[in-house]
Amino acid sequence: MSLRPDLAAIAEMIPVGARVLDVGCGDGALLEHLATTKQVDGRGIELIQQKVNACVARGLPVMQGDADTDLIEYPAAAFDISILSLTIQATRNPSQVLGQLLRIGRRTIISLPNFGHWRIRVSLLLGGRMPRTQALDYEWYDTPNIHLCTIADFVALAKSNGASIERALALNEAGQTRAMRAEAWGPNILAEGAIFLLHGRH
Amino acid sequence: MAELPKFIRPVTAADAEIGHAVTLDTPLTLDCGKTLSPITIAYMTYGTLNAARSNAVLICHALTGDQFAASDHPVTGKPGWWETMVGPGKPIDTDRFFVICSNVVGGCMGTTGPAETNPETGKPYGLSFPVVTIRDMVRAQAMLLDHLGIEKVLSVIGGSMGGMQVLQWAASFPERVVSAVPIACAARHSAQNIAFHEVGRQAIMADPDWKNGTYQLHGTMPAKGLAVARMAAHITYLSEAALQRKFGRNLQNREQISFGFGPDFQIESYLRHQGMTFVDRFDANSYLYITRAMDYFDLAAEQGGTLAEAFHGSKTRFLIVSFTSDWLFPTSENKLVAHALNANAATVSFVEIETDRGHDAFLLDEPEMFTTVRGFLNAVANTVGA
Repeated sequence: MSLRPDLAAIAEMIPVGARVLDVGCGDGALLEHLATTKQVDGRGIELIQQKVNACVARGLPVMQGDADTDLIEYPAAAFDISILSLTIQATRNPSQVLGQLLRIGRRTIISLPNFGHWRIRVSLLLGGRMPRTQALDYEWYDTPNIHLCTIADFVALAKSNGASIERALALNEAGQTRAMRAEAWGPNILAEGAIFLLHGRH
Repeated sequence: MAELPKFIRPVTAADAEIGHAVTLDTPLTLDCGKTLSPITIAYMTYGTLNAARSNAVLICHALTGDQFAASDHPVTGKPGWWETMVGPGKPIDTDRFFVICSNVVGGCMGTTGPAETNPETGKPYGLSFPVVTIRDMVRAQAMLLDHLGIEKVLSVIGGSMGGMQVLQWAASFPERVVSAVPIACAARHSAQNIAFHEVGRQAIMADPDWKNGTYQLHGTMPAKGLAVARMAAHITYLSEAALQRKFGRNLQNREQISFGFGPDFQIESYLRHQGMTFVDRFDANSYLYITRAMDYFDLAAEQGGTLAEAFHGSKTRFLIVSFTSDWLFPTSENKLVAHALNANAATVSFVEIETDRGHDAFLLDEPEMFTTVRGFLNAVANTVGA
C-alpha cells in the first residue's frame, strides 16, 4: 500500500533514525512507513479507538488521546519531530496546540487545508453559503473543522508563536507538492493545502 | 495431652485440586521485614513453552481471582475467570504462547496464605501471617519463574490488582519483561478505594465468627461478614448505568413491595447471591490481607514520590487499557501511568474502551479489548520472533 502523497511529502522531510510524535496518526500508515524506511522511533496520538487498535496491531506505540489536552504531558524537546497533519483546523485551541507541538518537538511539521483557495472564495462569494469542498465535505453546523484558516492566517499564527518557517510546500487536491514562499500571496489563492516545517525557540 | 484442635480450612477448597504447586526452600523476604519459608506457590499453565523459552506470558489475577484463568474452577465448577481472553485461538492464544498464572502470596487457593499451616506452630497462620504487598506477590512470581527456568517473559498481563502486579513487575524486573499489559488499574490505591476496602474488612472483623482471625481453630467462619464485604465491593465493580440497565427497580419474584426487609428488589437478590457464593470459595483472612496489599500499593512512593522514576530507562513495551465507565480505576488513573511512561520516552500504547459495564469490563466480553490485546501481543511476539 503506497503512502498518501501528502504523507509521503512529510516523510521526505524526516531524517533517518529520528524520534517522531505523530499527533492524529490515524491508522499509523505514516509511522509504519517511517519505521520501516527510516528506522524512525515513532509515537502516535489518535482520538478514535478503532484507529488506535489498528496502530497497536501494527506494533506501533499509540496513545488514545486528544491533541488539545494530552500534549501538555510530554517533556520539552522529547522528540526530534512533532507532526500534525490535516488536523489543526479541528482542534479547539489551535494556538495552544501549535505552541505545545513546538515545545515537544525540536522541529514541527504541520499540514493544513487552505481556506483561502480561490474555489472556496468564489463559492462563498457567488453561492453565499458556507463552502463545501472535497477535502472539507461538511455542513457548517456539523463540521469537525471548527478552526479553518488560510495559509496567510497560519503563517501569522506561527509567527505569533515564535516559530520560524524552515520549509513550506504547497499541496494540491491530488496531494502533490511543490515548494512555495509562505508569505507570497499566490499560494494563498492557488494552493489547496500546505505543509510547513517549523522550529520553535529551542 | 489435650485433644488437638480441629483445623478447618475455611474454603471448600480444602481438598480441591489446586493445579500445580511447588514448595520453595528459598525464603521470601517481604516488604514488612519478615520472611516466609518455606513458601508454596500454586499455579496453572496453559500451552507449551517453546525451545527458546521466549513465548511465556504471565497472567496476574485480581483480588478474588486465582490460578484458574483458563480452566474450570475446582470449587465452583465455573469456567476460568479469563476464558474469554486466554485459550486456543483466544487473544492470549495458548496455541502460540505458554501461559502461567499463579495464586498470589496471601491467597487461598494453594499458595502460602493466612489459611495455611504455619510450620513453626503447626496451626493456621491466621493473623500471625505477615502483611504482604503487591511487590511481595511479584517477588514470589519471580521465584516461580526461576523455578520454571524462565528468564524472560514475553508479556505480563493483568487487570485490577493484576494490573498493579504488572506495573510492579515492570518496575522491579524491567529486564525480565519484554512487554506489559496493565488493564483497569492504577499506580496507587486511591483514598476512595482504600475506604471501600476498609468497609469490607470491618464487616469481616465485626462478624462474631471471625474470632480475631482464629476461626479455623474454632470451626467457625465469618461467612456473613465476608459476604457483606463482597456485596459492598461488588457494587464498585459495576456502574450505575449497568445496574440501571440490568436491574432498574425491578422486583424480585413478587408483584409488589413487601413493606419488609426481604430482597424486594432484583438488585438486592443479586448482591445477596454474589455474597453467598463468594464465601464458598474465599477465605476471610485472605480477603483482609489481599485488600491491605492493594491499599499499600503506591509505586511512586517507592521512588521518592515520582512515578516516572519507577520506569526510568525501561525497554519494556506497554499497553495500558482503561474503560470509560470504570470509576474504581478510572481512565485518569490509568493515564497517569501512561504519562509517566511517556515522560521516560518509554514505548507505550494507551486505549480507553467504551463500555457501560464498569470495572468488571476487563473480565467480560469486550471485543475492542480483545482486538487490542491480540494485536499488541502478536506484534510483540513477531518482533522478538516468539
